[in-house]
Amino acid sequence: MASATTTAPGAPSARPGRRLTPAWLGVLPFFVFATAFLLLPVAVLLSGSFFDSATGQPTLDNYAKLAEPSIVQSYALSIEISLVTAVAGAAFGFLLAYALIIGGLPRFLRTLVMTFSGVASNFAGVPLALAFIYTLGFQGMFTLFLKNTVGIDLYGSGFTLYTKLGIELAYMYFQFPLMVLIMAPALDGLKREWREAAENMGASPTEYWRHVALPILTPTILGTVILLFGNAFGAQATAYNLAPLVPIVTNVISNQISGDVFHNTGLGYALAMGMVVIMGIAIAIYARLQRISERWLKS
Amino acid sequence: MSGGPAFGTRTPGVLETIESSAQARPGRRAGGRRFNSGKIISWIIFLAGMFYFFLPLLVTFVFSLRLQPTGQAYANVLFHDPRFASSLIYSLVVGLITIVISILLLVPTAYWVRLRVPRLRPYVEFITLLPFVIPPIILVFALTRAFAGPPFPLTATSDGLNILVIAAYVILSFPYMYRSIDSGLQAIDIRTLTEAAQSMGAGWGRILWAVILPNLRVALLSGAFLTLAIVIGEYTLASFLVRPAFGPYLALLGRDKAFEPAAVTIIAFGLTWLAMGVIAFIGRGSRGSVPLTGGR
Repeated sequence: MASATTTAPGAPSARPGRRLTPAWLGVLPFFVFATAFLLLPVAVLLSGSFFDSATGQPTLDNYAKLAEPSIVQSYALSIEISLVTAVAGAAFGFLLAYALIIGGLPRFLRTLVMTFSGVASNFAGVPLALAFIYTLGFQGMFTLFLKNTVGIDLYGSGFTLYTKLGIELAYMYFQFPLMVLIMAPALDGLKREWREAAENMGASPTEYWRHVALPILTPTILGTVILLFGNAFGAQATAYNLAPLVPIVTNVISNQISGDVFHNTGLGYALAMGMVVIMGIAIAIYARLQRISERWLKS
Repeated sequence: MSGGPAFGTRTPGVLETIESSAQARPGRRAGGRRFNSGKIISWIIFLAGMFYFFLPLLVTFVFSLRLQPTGQAYANVLFHDPRFASSLIYSLVVGLITIVISILLLVPTAYWVRLRVPRLRPYVEFITLLPFVIPPIILVFALTRAFAGPPFPLTATSDGLNILVIAAYVILSFPYMYRSIDSGLQAIDIRTLTEAAQSMGAGWGRILWAVILPNLRVALLSGAFLTLAIVIGEYTLASFLVRPAFGPYLALLGRDKAFEPAAVTIIAFGLTWLAMGVIAFIGRGSRGSVPLTGGR
């Protein structure tokens, strides 16, 4: 393997000890940097999670404490919000992408929506939280408009933006555009020959979708749902600025960083590691699905 | 884009008719006047999407104009609040430094992995994908703990915190920077270019700087603007590392004032739009990468 590239004819690089220079030197800074600012710091969290912060003794107690009701509730809440916004975002994003690419909307709308989606999927964090507070907050303009003009009293009927539902509504703002960004090229990548072949063999449009298009798109769709899940699960800025009191995992960790709310740093580390494990599982599944979908939709 | 060349070699016939009937759909409107329910549903979905997209923006914009005289909220922020400019400049500078470091780290790495050490590829790819698994909130947690004390007490000083925030942003930029650089390298024949440069006596530094880098312009620019867009609005890392950045500034303003945060939100949106517009302009024809490591 390595010898295949070593003797470019006339190359003046035939120094001894080639193994160490310059290729290895060239990649060294990257590995040093990643180790210093990513791998080692995370290793500090990981090892800290196995120590009792009071006594300094190694323990599995921190992980046992993850089973406490309040922490289980945090994870459940985070997972629920991520699942709901991932599935709903993927469903609506798919419909929007379908409407654009196949549904016969004028072509210029495609560029328009793709641009919007690029912007919206990046418009998150503090400004997104503020925009939703202005819109659907207690004194939000849309809230007041619904109350005074339409006659729907959102807050009178139990709605509050500063809850799980509010976080979900705000997350949807970057979730479904992301689905559009991924799904539109995928739908575009469905080869016309496939549909023609299906039609030539007498397939109806429904049959074509059921037996050809959807099976091809399924890995992409599932993969994107998982991606959206991770996207919401790791989100901190939006929820923290919109509804800091909702005990989703990122809010709890935020409070733990600001001031040791557990009075147990080890537990904080374990909580963080739990989050990494869930993200890791999600991304591993995503990577696998993407490999499958690339087989068909290579563009 | 995809499948384009496949049509070229086809003989006209049955397929052609099916294709043309599919393409002629817009024309049908004129003759048929048929009630196309699919199209109506498409429009409804489109309008629903646009409603969701525009409503918060429109409301925020209208709200930002409420402070009398109209536009006063913007004037207050732009001309009477020095923290607006200083935080924006801070984030811009941090973003630019991040981009430079990210390029300096990743271009040689991607180049050597392609040319000489392909067996390192799985490790490099794994590391560049880690920011997906380790979200900013965990990264900042880890950094503040790892660098809290000896041997590198970076959290103790302002300079140290600046180093940490830039390092974290560089890490966050890895996934899409590496991907765009790597696919940029794939598009050019780096082996031939390298050999040609070598035969003319160029050293490695010169090859990377004068031959490889210019060929990666498009890939680097779109990655750079994406990094900039993410860094400028980033909140999680900047706030926990107590940096005077734009994200924490806006969050603080949101707690103190009523109309000014709305104005800054609109400005932030404009900046995001600008960055995305530039990326779309630079990357015409190439597939846009989907950013996932931003400050959500």
